Amino acid sequence: MKKVKFRHSAVRILVLSISLFLSINTLILAQEETSPTDTQEADVQETVQGPSEAGVESNVSGDAAAGKALFNSLCAACHKLDGNSIGPPLRDISSKRDVQWLQSWIKNSQALINSGDADAVAIYNEYNQVAMPPFPQLSDIDIENIIAYTSEPALVPAAAQAASGEVGDGTGSGGVSTDIVLGILAFVLLMLLVILYLVNKTLRRFATASGVELPVKGPKGKPVWKSFIENQFLVLVSAIVLLLVGGYMMYGYFMQVGVDQGYQPVQPIHFSHKIHAGDNQIDCKFCHSSARVSKTSGIPSLNVCMNCHKSIGEVADATATDEYSKEFYDAEIQKLYTAVGWDPEQQAYTGETEPVKWIRIHNLPDFAYFNHSQHVEVGGIACQTCHGPVEEMEIMYQNAPLTMGWCVNCHRETNVMAEGNEYYEKVHAELSKKYGVEELTVAQMGGNECMKCHY
Amino acid sequence: MSSNKKYWQSVEELKENSSIVETLQNKEFVEEIPTDEFLGDKDTLSGSTTTRRDFLKYVGFSTAAASLAACEGPVIRSIPYVVQPDRIVPGVANYYATTIADGFDFAGVLVKTREGRPIKIEQNILANTGANARVHASVLSLYDSQRLKRPVSNGEIVSWETFDTDVRQQLNSVSGDIVLLTQTFASPSTTRLINEFSQRYPNVRHVVYDTVSEDAALDAFESRYGQRALANYDFSKAETIVSIGADFLGDWAGGGYDAAYARGRVPQNGRMSRHIQFESNFSLTGANADKRIPVKLSQQRAVLNALNAMIGGGGTTSDLPPAIMQAVESAAAQLRRSGSSAVVVSGIPDAQAQAQVLSINEALGSQVMDSGNPRMVRQGNSSQVQQLIADMNAGSVGAIMIAGVNPAYSLPNANEFVEGLKNVELSIAFSMKADETAKLCKFIAATPHYLESWGDVQLTRRNFTLMQPTIRPLFDTRQFQDTLLRWMDSDVNYYDYIRETWQDSLGTLSWSQALHDGFFESGAPSTGSTTTGSTTAQNAATALTGATTTASTNTGNAASGNVPANNNTTTSSPLVLEEGGFELELYTSVGMGDGQQANNPWLQEFPDPVTRVSWDNYLKVSRADAEELGLTNEHASDGGLNGSYVNLSVGDRVLEKVPVYIQPGQARGTVSLALGYGKKEGVQEEMQVGVNAYTLYRDFRSHQNVRIEKVGGTHEFACVQLHRTLMGRGDIIKETTLEIFNTQDVHVWNKIPEVSLNHIETPVTSPDVDLWNGFDRSIGHHFNMSIDLNACTGCGACVIACHSENNVPVVGKREVRKFRDMHWLRIDRYFSSEDTFKEDIDKKVNMSGLGDSLSQFGELENAADNPQVVFQPMLCQHCNHAPCETVCPVTATMHGRQGQNQMVYNRCVGTRYCANNCPYKVRRFNWFRYNKNEEFDYHLNNDLGRMVLNPDVTVRSRGVMEKCSFCIQRTQKTILDAKRDGRPIQGDEFETACSAACDKGAIVFGDVNDKSSNIAALRDDERSYHVLEYVGTKPNVMYQTKVRNTSEA
Repeated sequence: MKKVKFRHSAVRILVLSISLFLSINTLILAQEETSPTDTQEADVQETVQGPSEAGVESNVSGDAAAGKALFNSLCAACHKLDGNSIGPPLRDISSKRDVQWLQSWIKNSQALINSGDADAVAIYNEYNQVAMPPFPQLSDIDIENIIAYTSEPALVPAAAQAASGEVGDGTGSGGVSTDIVLGILAFVLLMLLVILYLVNKTLRRFATASGVELPVKGPKGKPVWKSFIENQFLVLVSAIVLLLVGGYMMYGYFMQVGVDQGYQPVQPIHFSHKIHAGDNQIDCKFCHSSARVSKTSGIPSLNVCMNCHKSIGEVADATATDEYSKEFYDAEIQKLYTAVGWDPEQQAYTGETEPVKWIRIHNLPDFAYFNHSQHVEVGGIACQTCHGPVEEMEIMYQNAPLTMGWCVNCHRETNVMAEGNEYYEKVHAELSKKYGVEELTVAQMGGNECMKCHY
Repeated sequence: MSSNKKYWQSVEELKENSSIVETLQNKEFVEEIPTDEFLGDKDTLSGSTTTRRDFLKYVGFSTAAASLAACEGPVIRSIPYVVQPDRIVPGVANYYATTIADGFDFAGVLVKTREGRPIKIEQNILANTGANARVHASVLSLYDSQRLKRPVSNGEIVSWETFDTDVRQQLNSVSGDIVLLTQTFASPSTTRLINEFSQRYPNVRHVVYDTVSEDAALDAFESRYGQRALANYDFSKAETIVSIGADFLGDWAGGGYDAAYARGRVPQNGRMSRHIQFESNFSLTGANADKRIPVKLSQQRAVLNALNAMIGGGGTTSDLPPAIMQAVESAAAQLRRSGSSAVVVSGIPDAQAQAQVLSINEALGSQVMDSGNPRMVRQGNSSQVQQLIADMNAGSVGAIMIAGVNPAYSLPNANEFVEGLKNVELSIAFSMKADETAKLCKFIAATPHYLESWGDVQLTRRNFTLMQPTIRPLFDTRQFQDTLLRWMDSDVNYYDYIRETWQDSLGTLSWSQALHDGFFESGAPSTGSTTTGSTTAQNAATALTGATTTASTNTGNAASGNVPANNNTTTSSPLVLEEGGFELELYTSVGMGDGQQANNPWLQEFPDPVTRVSWDNYLKVSRADAEELGLTNEHASDGGLNGSYVNLSVGDRVLEKVPVYIQPGQARGTVSLALGYGKKEGVQEEMQVGVNAYTLYRDFRSHQNVRIEKVGGTHEFACVQLHRTLMGRGDIIKETTLEIFNTQDVHVWNKIPEVSLNHIETPVTSPDVDLWNGFDRSIGHHFNMSIDLNACTGCGACVIACHSENNVPVVGKREVRKFRDMHWLRIDRYFSSEDTFKEDIDKKVNMSGLGDSLSQFGELENAADNPQVVFQPMLCQHCNHAPCETVCPVTATMHGRQGQNQMVYNRCVGTRYCANNCPYKVRRFNWFRYNKNEEFDYHLNNDLGRMVLNPDVTVRSRGVMEKCSFCIQRTQKTILDAKRDGRPIQGDEFETACSAACDKGAIVFGDVNDKSSNIAALRDDERSYHVLEYVGTKPNVMYQTKVRNTSEA
């Protein structure tokens, strides 16, 4: 058994009561705010509503959940449920087209068009004669599942229905900012002080009234500062200490000049790495592809953005946060469209482009050579090692100091990823034997020589 | 005790009542201080409303504002592509094969582009044409700030639409001939196009004009083999080469022969070629010869005649001096002995002489000469050009289109041309610059650089190369061929036109493959030969009739087409040089060529291999002649070279104030002057250097009679190496003869220096005598470079390649004169005082006593009348025990494990101690900031020129030392590529800019720890040695001993 020293100690009670007080507070605050739709909630609703709705629709049978998975993997690249994309919107498609027709269209649209089907030709022409790839791998049941999914009614923004109880269990506390908590604490302390003063005053009055003699302070001795000045040793020591501390701080100040750690400029487009790399798990090198082969990681050109954003014209409701609303994000996507010259209505490029002038965050001086592919591809270093938790950054900032000391230190500590690389085979064997180590650090390999980075 | 001595500074002070002394006593400055200048006039000063307080406020505010602004870091923007082209990955270089064909230089090249901008020219190994210094520098001419940016019509900038309408309107209504005056394009598509153009418009005549004429050789070849072309030579097959005035390592017959020549010069299995040169001017070729015989220009013909007679087996009587006669005899004997491996070449500008050369080579059965696959890169016909000028003056030319040439500058009778141009109704110049000719034309069609153009080039009868753009046109330009197509109402562009030409002629080769390789072998495509035949025949006819009418001006070339084969001098008068006076040879210099790239600062700063003078042309005079004429070359106190001026007159033409350079080895009685300088239009002021020698190029002949007259004044040269010799020091150049090399032990001719250790002679390579402890360098890469003094011809392609790879700045004439040139790689030229370097050494060793050394050291300083030459590329030797590293107070230079002597610019504080301690003098100091500095207004001072910078190499700032880095950016790239592929590096993958540029294979670079590499073999070669080995610096650059083939037959 664990030995407990202070069961029900006063401290505990205090902590508990404060936390109770705070949790009530958060509850109140959370309810005051219009809480955004949470992904979880939406999922919960779908799973609840899906089958029941499907039961109501008589002509569509199928598993909407399975259909959703198929839809997301095969159809979503070109179709949205609502709104135009490369292809037409698919919400309630079964009400517009016959299921039989849909099946033959999906399995081989070109064949249907060639057969002269009027509907098929019409839709083909309407969407700029972009041929839909055939999906012979889909069975009839698969297609029915997809149709089932598309037949679900559009979701009503679920904010009103969100139960307040759900917010309470753990997820809701993020809404209260620490400032408010601190403010309340300060207020409580202030109140305590006032009370203490008042109690003291009252007691004194009682004392005088009841004739209790209060202790009177004796005659004052030498003031501390006077005796301090008289003690020359102490003055000398403190002067030295002050100078040293001052010097140290001065050094610290000068050493941070030109180090832009934490630099977080406002970018022309509010690009959220959190949404892309974090929420949607897009690999860094998917967009920054030149990091694989080049010295620069490369800011993705806008055509790379459009690979996805051609069909993603707005964010999901769930993406919006307290700080940034859905309207805000959608406006940012519009900025991309303006820059690349994309007309979402016509689903076509206008040809009028205006390149985005991003503000560069990570700046190495010109005399320092850094190669991304050496680190990322050869060294197998994760991007986050230098760039920090990018997947959590709503706004990108410089995570590392990017000083030479920082580089060199990492080279001293990091081992060369020599395994499986035939280039290193011979030199690694010879060098590790020479140094008597199992694994070589970058520095031992010669990575800290001046001219490896300065030429 | 104090003395009453009177100290005086000037004799004036000793005089009584000297006015100067009095003035000086009263006033500190003799001259009035010009206070008015900076205080301005009183009225403005007092009338100003700015009070002193306000002034101080402004000063205070601006200081505060400036310091506040300085607190904030700059905001750097990064702008990605909107649509990134597939092939462009930022930070990764792309290479494209293309071709330079500017009418003078023809070569297949690889162009390195970064983010879509061409930044460097590399040689295209597949095309195997080599690339000289000018070709390497041509990438900078793309970013020439003087280029025309738009078409110009009557002095006004217009759009292409207006331009086309205006020109076509006039073209349709023109009366008289329409003449196309062009460079040699050597392009099947252009030929076809011009043929079609002449069908579209009536009276079209095409005149091809080579700025530097090869008419004599072309005429001779044409009359013998029926095709207007130049015989091709493969000097690698040659055992004996006899050249009479042919600078075949320079620009003779289109140039590009040096790589093959160098292959035959490296001793293999005890054999190497023997090269005998009879010449007047001290050329690059003469400097490389085993035996060089200075002969006057007027004697060259006699030498050729004698040689011809002797090879035929007969004796000959000649009035040649006995020394020369003897040399001719021995040359003839060697030619006979070598038989089919022998070759004779000549640069005499006379069709008969050239015909004689062809017949000698045929008689020898020479395999070196190839008449079956002749060169097509010179097609000019100067008699047609002369005829054209006559026609223009007669008023029979209605329209002239000038493409790729600048006749108003380069014609010997440019004033006649200019006069004639005034009679021409419609004149159109297709030009990259507003040059002398373009300025006189009514229309200037701005043309793109070759790196922005399409094209096909027929180098030889069977070898073709393709030209493709490597960047979108920087300006609103359109290439000549596209414009012609437009004026022919054709809606195809020139690219499609070329595709059409080659549609059926590529055989199994695909177009993409041909374009990728940039080179292919093929039969010639059809260029509409039926019409070609008629027009050329017609042209030839007019030319011939023209020649008779203007016979007085072009006697030598009138006989184009019917040159007698041998010794039959009935129809044309051969070149005759008057005896007695001075003879002038006009040559093209290695750096400037025909002068097309005069506005290229790299080439201006490139020192001539032989004279080591940059930023100038000059009259080369032999020492004896100079003494006779009272001409001097003196060294100023700062080491700079000063020379006299002369006036040159050829016939009635006078070229004034030509600086004189005294050239050891120049044939007595012959002077020489480089063409291509003295250009004024379309050339930045700093680069308007030299004199225009084309004015003396009478009748397109490089040999002229000349009168020399000394005039006053001193010319300041920018010469980076003086005429001193090595004074017998054998530690820099090691040289031996083929005979010794073959028969003697290596210690005799390539001895490792020894020092005495405990009274025992020990080689300096021994660790016992080393001051330092060595490191184990057997693990990983260890870079070494080998430079073969036998294969190096001194062409300087490596110098320019290094310039372009490493962002080496151009410092200008004034700074070069102070020896502040920044070349990381220079090619030292060493003369010998005696006839050979060996004799120099013997003389030094055998000196005894003070008397000897006083007199003989002085003699050793001066180069001989016919000195031997060695070219030695000198760059940082990357010493393993580097003297520079130990003296740097801030450790800005240190050694890398891979063998490089590293130089860290950001650490350097500029003490220059390292440069002082460097025994090889290869470190360069940035005395100024050479970029973005008005004082150095070259390519680094404008946005356009800076586009040529290599983004992988730092642009150095003022006050830091720099030097060769062994192209670490390239070795690192090679290593990274291997790492990424996960493979070991094989053999000779490593390259530096200089080793990649050296088509002779003289510079070899590699990892000496890789036993399979060439460099490892070269290190162990018997010929290998280190410069100044006795210093014990243990360099990573080795040289291969120069071997001369002195064996007489």
